[in-house]
Amino acid sequence: MGDEGNQQGGAQDNRRLHSYPLIRHSDMNEEMRTEAMELCVTACEKFASNNEAAAKLIKESMDKKFGASWHAVVGEGFGFEIKHEVRNLLYMFFGGTIAIVVWKCS
Amino acid sequence: MAPSKAMKKSRKTRTEDESQSQGHEESGYAGMEDWMQPKQLLKPDDQLELTEGELKEEVTRILTANNPHAPDNIIRFSFKENQFKQVAHVDQLAVHFTLDGNLLHKDSEDAKHQMARQALSELGSDFMSGLNATRAQQANDAEADEQGGTFMRSGMTTAMSNRDPDKDEQETQQITIKNKKDVKPANQFNYSERASQTYNNPLRERYVQTEPPPRHNFSANANQWEIYDAYMEDLAKNEKAKAAAAGKTPHHGKGKDDGKHKLAVMADKDGDELKGSMGQPLHILERMVNQNTFDEISEDFKYYEDPADEYKDNGNGTLLPLWTFSNERTKRLAVTALKFNPLYSDLFTVGYGSYDFLKQGEGLMLCYSLKNPSYPEFVFETESGVMCVDVHPTYPYLICVGLYSGHVAVYNMLQNQAPPIMSSAEAKHADPVWQINWQKDDIDTNLVFFSISSDGYVLSWTLVKNELKQNVKMILQDPQATQSVDQPALESGTAMAFHGDLDYLYLVGTEDGKVRTCSKAFSSQYLDTVQAHYMGVYKAVWNPFHSKIFMTCSADWSVKIWDYTYHKKEPMFVFDLNSAVGDVAWAPYSSTVFAAVTADGNVYVFDLSVNKYEEVCRQMVAKKKKTRLTHIQFNPKHPVLIIGDDRGYVQSVKLSPNLRKMPKERKLMTTDAAKAPKDDKKTKEFEKMEKLLSLVREPEKLKDSSST
Repeated sequence: MGDEGNQQGGAQDNRRLHSYPLIRHSDMNEEMRTEAMELCVTACEKFASNNEAAAKLIKESMDKKFGASWHAVVGEGFGFEIKHEVRNLLYMFFGGTIAIVVWKCS
Repeated sequence: MAPSKAMKKSRKTRTEDESQSQGHEESGYAGMEDWMQPKQLLKPDDQLELTEGELKEEVTRILTANNPHAPDNIIRFSFKENQFKQVAHVDQLAVHFTLDGNLLHKDSEDAKHQMARQALSELGSDFMSGLNATRAQQANDAEADEQGGTFMRSGMTTAMSNRDPDKDEQETQQITIKNKKDVKPANQFNYSERASQTYNNPLRERYVQTEPPPRHNFSANANQWEIYDAYMEDLAKNEKAKAAAAGKTPHHGKGKDDGKHKLAVMADKDGDELKGSMGQPLHILERMVNQNTFDEISEDFKYYEDPADEYKDNGNGTLLPLWTFSNERTKRLAVTALKFNPLYSDLFTVGYGSYDFLKQGEGLMLCYSLKNPSYPEFVFETESGVMCVDVHPTYPYLICVGLYSGHVAVYNMLQNQAPPIMSSAEAKHADPVWQINWQKDDIDTNLVFFSISSDGYVLSWTLVKNELKQNVKMILQDPQATQSVDQPALESGTAMAFHGDLDYLYLVGTEDGKVRTCSKAFSSQYLDTVQAHYMGVYKAVWNPFHSKIFMTCSADWSVKIWDYTYHKKEPMFVFDLNSAVGDVAWAPYSSTVFAAVTADGNVYVFDLSVNKYEEVCRQMVAKKKKTRLTHIQFNPKHPVLIIGDDRGYVQSVKLSPNLRKMPKERKLMTTDAAKAPKDDKKTKEFEKMEKLLSLVREPEKLKDSSST
């Protein structure tokens, strides 16, 4: 019982610890990467309960900033296989549970 | 009646034409008179005297525009109708005043004549003064032209109220000036438009399609455990970095990321981590991949025996090419040394350098394994071209190298890519080191090796603590050369061979073809000398089974086999190979088999027990034409030869069965235990060689030294 409580507490601690954004894979250049990452963090924090709205915000902002035809996926459990333009992919984790993939392909 | 009533006359009633002038004056005057003061009426003499009644009579007069002087009707005779006819309309025009003017319309004939006449006389002086006037007048003129089409009607001169005599003059002046200039003034009403269209270039359509931006595929799984794992690993890495930074140990590789993002960290693995933990499995994997790639060759190496050898009647054999060892960095270098490792039969060391005097650069020493033909196991760089290598028989990780610059160095194979553990600094040969050999440890158990060089010295090097101590072992002096100067003429030593059993005995080959037998005990005298060749001796090597036999090869196209105890200074066997012989080597499995390589790219294999005069195999091994083969070595365990050439390639070949004939098992005739040889193979080989030699040897003092 105590262990479970500890475990749960531990899991929550982990989530708190893992709440920072962690880039898993990216081939963007420095500035684009930071900007995209900031944008994703903002979007996810703003629409913490609504993945679709967060993805919509990310996609539209990226379109405005970096040009047409961005795609964004926000979720907690999915697999993907995508074709992306070279140097325009960002795959990151955030908040311990959310995974975000953002890529450009026209 | 009239005079007394004159005061009250109104203007309308007065109509008398005849007495108009006077009457007018009077009436007007009289009107004024009404206001001012009455005046005495004047009466003309011929005034009608009318009665009052007549005076009051109103006489109606109608004003008409008729000319009173014009007749009421005019009758004319019309010859057409032959009768008198009344002209329909009587002209009522009465001209009151006529004044002939002197204006001419400028377009009329007279005007043109006048202008022509005046242009001649009034050129020049009036031109400039009239110009400004012209400009000022242009507007006026334009107006005038517009208003009156012609101004010939002298009767209309009153309408032209602006016309003065001065202006008339100016106008004529203008006309003349205009004629002179012949310029039509532009105004907004009488300009003419001119337009033209240039030729338009024809249009052409062009289409270009740019290349789409490059794309990559990417796939991953994003689920909870992945996320969790990534975060845990990242935390671990961060902690490690912190610990390392706190511990003040230099931590390379990951430190560069810390400075940039505090929050986001790249989760990619660092290359260094890979090497540490994954080294061994990767090694094995590399071997596996190579085995798969060179699968056929591996099979051949292990199992292939040329079946054709059975049917060859002259006992010839062939060489089956196996792997080729080459490396990017060795493409420009030549193979200068080959040596198999005494402990591991698949490991061999290759030295790379350059034989060309002019093209000297850096050298390389690579250790290859037969199991991995793609990449060397160990790589060592040297500042100068490697000329010779030797691997220590007891410590197979110690390699000594002799360099073109005259230096020698000792490398530790275990420390891959490291600099030599020891190298000669200032103490060195003056010329390239051609041969280097490890010796048995000296009394103090220090490692010793010998080197020979073109500068005429044989030096022994001892590894004492951290340095190499050199000791002159031998000075190659030609005892027969005349010593006119104090400095003795030294011969250049190009080959060296140490006797297997007799420790002190070694051979030295020189550049002018002599082979001298030397002893470690003497440093300036030879035991024996043989004029072996006409040109430099490239290699001297003792027979591994027969201790008295050695072989030499030379640039004079020949390979010679000697017995150093033979009383005559003649070789036992001589072979002419049609090209400069770079290297010879005895086979480790037979006393009568040896191989040689030549500068024309051929490998010769001889088996004296089969054919004493000709080779048993001759094969072109070089890949490209015009490559010189430089070195050859037998593999101690497997029937494989490795051959080095001057393009940096090492080719391995397998010997066909005919080339590796070994004497059959002989049934022991005697049961004498003492006679039973210990080293069965060696004695067999020895006897085989002896047998051969006996055929060649000339009997000495009629004593037959043959034995069967």
